[in-house]
Amino acid sequence: MTHLPYVVAAYVLGVVIPGTFALSAFLRMRAAQRRLAAVDPRVKRPGAGRR
Amino acid sequence: MDARSIVAPPPSGRNPGRSLHRFANPGRFLRLSGAVLPWLAAVGVALTVIGLTWGLLFAPSDWQQGDAVRIMYVHVPAAWLASAGYLGLALCSVLSLVWRHPLADLAAVEIGPVGAGFTALCLLTGSIWGKPMWGAWWVWDARLTSVLILFFLYLGHVALVRAFDDPVRGYRSGAILALVGVVNLPVIKFSVDWWNTLHQPATISFTGAPTMYVGMLWPLLFTAIGYTLVFAAIVMARTRAAVMERRIRSLLMARADEAAA
Repeated sequence: MTHLPYVVAAYVLGVVIPGTFALSAFLRMRAAQRRLAAVDPRVKRPGAGRR
Repeated sequence: MDARSIVAPPPSGRNPGRSLHRFANPGRFLRLSGAVLPWLAAVGVALTVIGLTWGLLFAPSDWQQGDAVRIMYVHVPAAWLASAGYLGLALCSVLSLVWRHPLADLAAVEIGPVGAGFTALCLLTGSIWGKPMWGAWWVWDARLTSVLILFFLYLGHVALVRAFDDPVRGYRSGAILALVGVVNLPVIKFSVDWWNTLHQPATISFTGAPTMYVGMLWPLLFTAIGYTLVFAAIVMARTRAAVMERRIRSLLMARADEAAA
């Protein structure tokens, strides 16, 4: 595979860029859910009720 | 948009956008998206992983391009989502300008950075693909240049919606920019037909049979659908976060008003 470094670089980018967006969106959503649960008692905390 | 408008009940008058306002209810959106999001993300990640593994390890190499053709399994979905994401941004802008749909404003703000990220991915993987095939990282080709303009349109939208103290002015200005920029989408699509370019013409269309070997087509379909679902899941998660942040702000403002009264 003479083009291996190019292929690997493209695949790394293809995982890292969407992965970073996905992780940051998930963390932001969890943080917002926690803050909302602290402000509004009607809202369940993330992970509450699971054993 | 007033910080409280996101928690206010939707307008109840009879008008064409009434059914759309059903989905402007933040509580309904949070319930619906909370149920859909885990499935969307799980199926999207699974299809993407299968498609990428298939494309990297099991799909055949091209008789001309060799193994460099495997970059296609990342590049083509990123290119498709760069345009489709912008179309989504334009749709949200119409909903915002015509029906004052509050969730459309938030969704447009959240689509912008994600669309810019996928457009950057398209440009970077295209550049990586271009070096071994064309001998250059970049050429001022019609397709490449029009996608670069799309990237700048995304960045302009991201900057513009955050540039005003009054968020409503930012949303309106961003919506107008998004709608003006839609003219770039057909230019991107047809640039390979209208001009002589280094970029190859489309091998898949809605009207004709694909001119691609089926052993390459299947992993490409997997990654295209997988990345699309991942894109949708990211935007949905970001919009959920934005709705909750807006609700927190309005609750804190209401408490501050009560304490002051």
